[in-house]
Amino acid sequence: MRYMPLLLAAVVVASPLAAETIAQRAVACFACHGEHGQSETENTPSLGAQQAPYVLIQLFMFRERLRVFEPMNEMAKAFTDDDLHAFSDFIAQLPKPVPPADAGEEARLQRAEALVQQNHCNSCHNPDFSGRDNVPRLAGQREDYLARTMREYKDNSRHGYDGTMAEVLQPVTAEQIADLAYFLARLR
Amino acid sequence: MISWSVPRSLLLAGALIAAFTFDAAAQQPASPPAAAAPALPPGSPLIGRPNSEAAAKLAPVAGPPIATAADKLPTAKLKLPPGFNIEVYAAGMANARSLAQGDKGTVFVGSRLVDKVYAIVNKDGQRSVKVLASGLYRPNGVAFHDGTLYIAELSKISKIDKVEDLIDNPPKPTVIYDNLPKDEAHGWKFIAIGPDNKLYVPVGQPGNNVLHDDAHGQIRRMNLDGSGVEVVAYGVRNSVGFDWNPETKQLYFTDNGRDWMSEDVPQDELNRVTKVGEDFGAPYCYQGNISDPEFGWGHSCADYTPPVGLMGPHTASLGMRFYTGSMFPKSYKNAIIVARHGSWNRSNKAGGDVVVVKLNKDGTVKSVEPFITGFLENNNYLGRPVDVMQLKDGSLLLSDDWNGAVYRITYGKPKLASQ
Repeated sequence: MRYMPLLLAAVVVASPLAAETIAQRAVACFACHGEHGQSETENTPSLGAQQAPYVLIQLFMFRERLRVFEPMNEMAKAFTDDDLHAFSDFIAQLPKPVPPADAGEEARLQRAEALVQQNHCNSCHNPDFSGRDNVPRLAGQREDYLARTMREYKDNSRHGYDGTMAEVLQPVTAEQIADLAYFLARLR
Repeated sequence: MISWSVPRSLLLAGALIAAFTFDAAAQQPASPPAAAAPALPPGSPLIGRPNSEAAAKLAPVAGPPIATAADKLPTAKLKLPPGFNIEVYAAGMANARSLAQGDKGTVFVGSRLVDKVYAIVNKDGQRSVKVLASGLYRPNGVAFHDGTLYIAELSKISKIDKVEDLIDNPPKPTVIYDNLPKDEAHGWKFIAIGPDNKLYVPVGQPGNNVLHDDAHGQIRRMNLDGSGVEVVAYGVRNSVGFDWNPETKQLYFTDNGRDWMSEDVPQDELNRVTKVGEDFGAPYCYQGNISDPEFGWGHSCADYTPPVGLMGPHTASLGMRFYTGSMFPKSYKNAIIVARHGSWNRSNKAGGDVVVVKLNKDGTVKSVEPFITGFLENNNYLGRPVDVMQLKDGSLLLSDDWNGAVYRITYGKPKLASQ
């Protein structure tokens, strides 16, 4: 059975797009975003259990180049609206990402929890950070990706769909961003 | 929603496809620990949020990025007074916002969450939608005057001359004015050209409830080349719609009240400018008679111009135009038609409809009556009205950013929509 994956990959490449299921097409996503959408690639987000409306917006923004990241812009370039919906719904059904095994350093977690209260992050992202609608799940997301994303929102190098994250991150320091990412990545 | 199951073997096949790898972003040097926790940033919509479970459920929700197909639009669920009809005028324009009409029948449509200005082209009995400009940043505002289209992005105003002759191959817009703040909060703009042939540009407060500087909280006007800038109205929190009374030529504008004061106050305002430089109170006084609990100390509502009309709490009263046509019944003549986008900062949503504001002879408000309802179903939006605009035949267009569509409202025996 060890050659099975190769054969399957060949089938995927050979079959016309329309005949493929969404699961077959999503195989390409997992190359970077990890098996079951649990990313093991630096600065690349885990996809599992992400909110479908949020994923839809991101895929749309990649297609329209409102969010610029060349590999994703390339991937989404030819997507139809139906494709965007199908991938979003599929991704939302994947299992939620598994946080790192270590419980985390108590002092950092406490600092981050205070920041969460102060900045009301848990208002839109939900108390358990599972997200809702347009607002993404953050719990168990990769720490490096979370920190990088917050930095990009803060300096407006990544434009949000609306301007909320650019505004709310203005007073949050680089060190606080690091603590928040550390905390969110370890939420179970 | 469709759910999918994933065959395990297919997931494994993914490992064969080459992985992209990316350099980690350079780590920023750690800054010294902050001595005191800073307050929420000025633009945060969460400023003033009480710590209750019900309040924690409320947050602004941006509409979907993909326009609803024409045959899925909620027109059948919309209710209008007897004799009025509503039909789909054009669909497929993601996040359709402000409206403007060209001399040759083109309708221009701005957007806020995408980067496009659309043109609905009417030619030889055919109607089609084109993307007129893209790559813009929050191009909410559009205005048309003497052949030229003016476009308002978040922090600049630009124009395309002779736009209707260039629809098929439009040039990039030319910037005429960019001395504007870059704040995201209330940074998107409605624009219009007044009877004085000047361009009116609002600059909202940069957040829910903040003491703003001299560059914010106002409506400016300028010559059509961006020169001669002057502030027309102060104390403006966030106006996303205005028009001029056809009889008195006075400027009327909607203004959105602050959030988190309570479920039921303050109400959005309908204001009238009777002299240049009037102050309408934000952030010290709202709806003419509520002193702001935080900033109102030391100020009196008596020092500010009160609104001529109250438009409901958190209803997000946006686009408004005087109806001057002759298609609608006489009682609509010179009334104001207002699109209310609908609330987010309220447990039971309010607004999400179109109302008609009838005026007394002296220009004060006589009544605010429902005109189009049905966009709100079980406390969820089926659509969200943004702007209204009268066509030359006296019918009315209405934009809906939730569905990316423009509807047309007529009165009398329904005519078949042109094919």
